[in-house]
Order: sequence, then structure tokens, then C-alpha cells
Amino acid sequence: MEYIPNKIVDFLEETGNFSEFTGRFFKQAFRRPFEWKEMIHQCYIIGVQSLFLVASTGFIMGLVLTLQVRPTMVRFGASAFMPDMIGISFIREIGPVLTALICAGKIGSSIGAELGSMKVTEQIDAMEVSGTNPFKYLVVTRVWACIIMLPFLVIAADVVGLFGSYLIENMKGEVTFELYFNRVFEVLLIGDVVPATVKSFFFGLVIGIVGCYKGYNSEKGTEGVGRAANTAVVVASLLLFVVDFFAVLIADIFYVI
Amino acid sequence: MIKEESNNIKESHNEKKPLIEIKNLRKYFGSNEVLKGIDLQLFPQENVVILGKSGSGKSVLLKCLVRLMTVDEGEIIVLGKSIPDLNQEELDQIRTEVGFLFQGSALYDSMTVRENLRFPLRRHPERKLGENEEKLIKDALQSVGLEHAIDLMPAELSGGMKRRVALARTLILKPKIILYDEPTTGLDPITANEIIQLMLKIQDELNTSALIITHDMDCARVISNRMIILQDGVHYAEGTYSELSQCRDPKVKAFFKEVQSR
Ligand SMILES: Nc1ncnc2c1ncn2[C@@H]1O[C@H](COP(=O)(O)OP(=O)(O)O)[C@@H](O)[C@H]1O
Ligand SMILES: [Mg+2]
Repeated sequence: MEYIPNKIVDFLEETGNFSEFTGRFFKQAFRRPFEWKEMIHQCYIIGVQSLFLVASTGFIMGLVLTLQVRPTMVRFGASAFMPDMIGISFIREIGPVLTALICAGKIGSSIGAELGSMKVTEQIDAMEVSGTNPFKYLVVTRVWACIIMLPFLVIAADVVGLFGSYLIENMKGEVTFELYFNRVFEVLLIGDVVPATVKSFFFGLVIGIVGCYKGYNSEKGTEGVGRAANTAVVVASLLLFVVDFFAVLIADIFYVI
Repeated sequence: MIKEESNNIKESHNEKKPLIEIKNLRKYFGSNEVLKGIDLQLFPQENVVILGKSGSGKSVLLKCLVRLMTVDEGEIIVLGKSIPDLNQEELDQIRTEVGFLFQGSALYDSMTVRENLRFPLRRHPERKLGENEEKLIKDALQSVGLEHAIDLMPAELSGGMKRRVALARTLILKPKIILYDEPTTGLDPITANEIIQLMLKIQDELNTSALIITHDMDCARVISNRMIILQDGVHYAEGTYSELSQCRDPKVKAFFKEVQSR
């Protein structure tokens, strides 16, 4: 055992604990009594917290991407394919990943900090002794809320991003609104939309679970709470890319275009 | 162990069954053995104060009593039930009988005072005893003198008010036993004294028994029927305040001096 550096042992231990926590979520996620009110409240908070942020980054991304790609497409005489190109890349990849990263920063850290401070100030213990299962009340509701809300936020980012792209196209290429969006919807296949949506659910799961796990296991002291929030963002962002990679890999097998 | 228990206490105890009985309780965190075999009994209408230095495992001891932590060895019997052997339902039932006042009050910061008090009732509707929920909340707040704070958020309350609201939240289920984790720590002497008087009033009105953890010698003197000193993970000395304060044992003496000088 001496030869194994402590970091690796810590990492394995952490991975084990995290898997156990995830298992605990799935075990309790469908079991009654369900805390509906708290879950709906969390959905609302997540929506309010991140909608503006997600929409504005999506919009800017739409503008920027179109500005960057357009000259190349024009050079190849392919400017008519701009809506196809932007539409597909946004719906398939940029929308979900951008939204998930923003939410990991915004929602993941706030869940981590909130549960962390509840843990440290014994509020979670207080819930436990008053007969409410804190895991159900705090973790299950928040993770479900993330899973439910992420696809909506992704759709918001997609819509606003494509609109931004349309604005540039309209200015530079005099493409009308109808033409642009007809083109986008024409080219989009079910094979683009379904995997993107399924992927978004998993992104929500990752953000919720990591935030809750870090908060729920926060160490004592204000420092511990800060670290919980911080590591929640770092770990969630990393995991998002891993999940994304596998999602793309699997989608590629099922939908050969 | 140094026993300074006077005969009259012993006699009165022999007739009653203890509400809480702990035998040879041990608790480890990894290689850190925090509690090394604690024995303790709490009898009806009694206030037992547990004294111990910071980090001596006092909070751990209280948490083991309501299974917020599991024990590694030993027996814990609360109201005749063996705590480690209960299933979740039985445990929740016992927890309604045992109120817990947490060290930092542990009010839910995202909820108003009213919602904080409603929280324990939501999973224990039987505890309302047919009464109106709003009335129960108001009565509980009234008993701690804070009716006017019902719509405030915890962040708007002072330390003493938080402690009172937390106490009201504990009382709303009408427990038989109350566990106090450092009820006066972090409060100024005047507020601390108000909390102590409130604890006495509650005991008087509701006939509760209490296990009180504290550093505060004034608190211990006023409130305790019996005191236990926890040192190095063992139950080191036991007796009434006056007995222990006159005890010749150097460690106990040092303890009184050290704690008093804070
Ligand atoms: N969850 C935990 N994990 C590991 N060690 C703990 C935990 N809780 C408490 N301890 C250890 O137990 C000891 C006693 O803690 P505690 O009961 O909080 O002390 P106090 O007497 O001040 O209330 C401390 O040394 C602390 O490090
Ligand atoms: Mg403590």
C-alpha cells in the first residue's frame, strides 16, 4: 500500500463515495413521499437564476459563430448553407454544452454552497431529527429540478442563439426570417434533436448530483463551504465533457447520417 | 471515576426508571477514539449537565442519542427503546419525544420563523393533537416570548432570538426530553441568562428532563441537578455543582478554574 500515492487513494475513495451517493439518489428518486412543493420551488429558482445568463451567452455565441464562419463559407460559395451549419452545430453541440457549463457555474456552485452551509450549521441534522428525510427534501428535489430544467434552458439557448445568427445573416446576406428558419428546420433531423435533448437530461443530472454531493459532504467551517462550491463547479464541468463525449459516441452509433 | 453523588439523589433515583440510559458507549472516527466507554443515566424531571473541554466529544455524545451518528459499541436506551436497533419509523417516533437544540440554533435560513416552526409538524401531523397549526406555532412562539417575530427571516434575528426560535421549534412537538448543545455559547451574559431562565421555565411548565452540554459554569450552576465531567473520552467525575466545586481531585479542580476563567 505504501507505494500507492495518497492522491490516488483519495481519488478512488472519493469516486466510491460519489457513486454511492448517486446510487442513493436513484434509490430514493422514485420513492414516496415526494417533496413536490420543494421540487417545483427549485425548478423555479433554477429557471430564474440562469435563464437570463443562458440566453445572453447563447445570443452572443450565435452572433460570434456566424461572424466567424461566414467568410469561409462565402469563399467556398456556400453562404446559402449558413443556416444549416449554424443550426446543426447549435442544436447538436453548442447549445447543450454551453448551457450546461453556464449552469454548472451558476447552479452547481449555488447548490454546493447552500447545502454546504446547511450541513455545517447543522440544519441538515435538524431536518433529520424532525422526521423529514433531508436527502429526499434537499438532494432528490434539487437533482430532479436540474434534470427537468436543463433541457428547457438548452432550448432557450438554442432559440436565442439561432436568432442572433439570423440577425447577422440578415445584415450581411439579406436573408429573411422565414427563409433562415425554414432552412434550419428543414435540415434538422430527429437524429439531431433527440440525442441533444437526452444529453441535456444527463447534463442536468451531473450538475445536480455533483453540487449536492459536494455540499452534503462539506467540511466544517466557512472554508469548507467555499471549497464545496468551488469543487462542485470544477468536477461538474469536467464530468460534463466526459458525459458529452460518450453521448456523442453513442448517438453516432445509433444515427448514422 | 469520581462519584460525589449524595445519598438523597441516589434514593430518589432508585424509585424511578431512567429516561435515558447509556452503557459503555464507544465512538471512533477512524483511529481517533472520541468516546471511550461512557455511562450515563437521565431520570425524569432531572437536568444533567455535561461539562467537557472543546473537542472532548460532547456533541458527538448527544448526536449518538438520537442516531445522528451511529455508535461503535455500547448500549443506548431512550424511553425504554434501544436506539441502535430501531427501524426508521420507530426512530422518527422517538425523535419526536426527544427535542434537540443545536449549538448554532440551526434555523433553516431559507424559511421564515413560521415555516421553521411548521417544519417538524409536516411529518408528524399526529403531534398536532387536533389543534390548529397556526395556533400551535403562535403558542410555541409565545412561550419563548417572540410572537412578533413570526414573519421574520432567521438572518433578521439576533443570536439570542435565534436560540429562542430554535427552542420554540423544538418545543412544538412537546418532547419529554430536551438535549441542549451549548445553549448559551456565543451569547452575551445577559442574553445567556435569559435563555437559562427560559430553560427553567420550560422544564417547570412542560415537566421535561434535559441533558445540557455547556462550558458555561453559571449555566451549569443554575440549571443542573447533577453534573458529569467528560475528560479524555471517559466519564471522569459526577456530582452536584456544590459537590464538584469542592472536590479535591486536581483534575476536577483544574477544570473548574479553567472553565471559570473564560
Ligand atoms: N463527523 C466527524 N468526523 C470525524 N471526526 C469527528 C466528526 N465529528 C466530530 N469529530 C471529532 O470528534 C471530536 C469531538 O467533537 P465534538 O463532539 O464536536 O466536540 P465538542 O465536545 O466540542 O462538542 C473532535 O475531535 C472531532 O474532530
Ligand atoms: Mg460541540
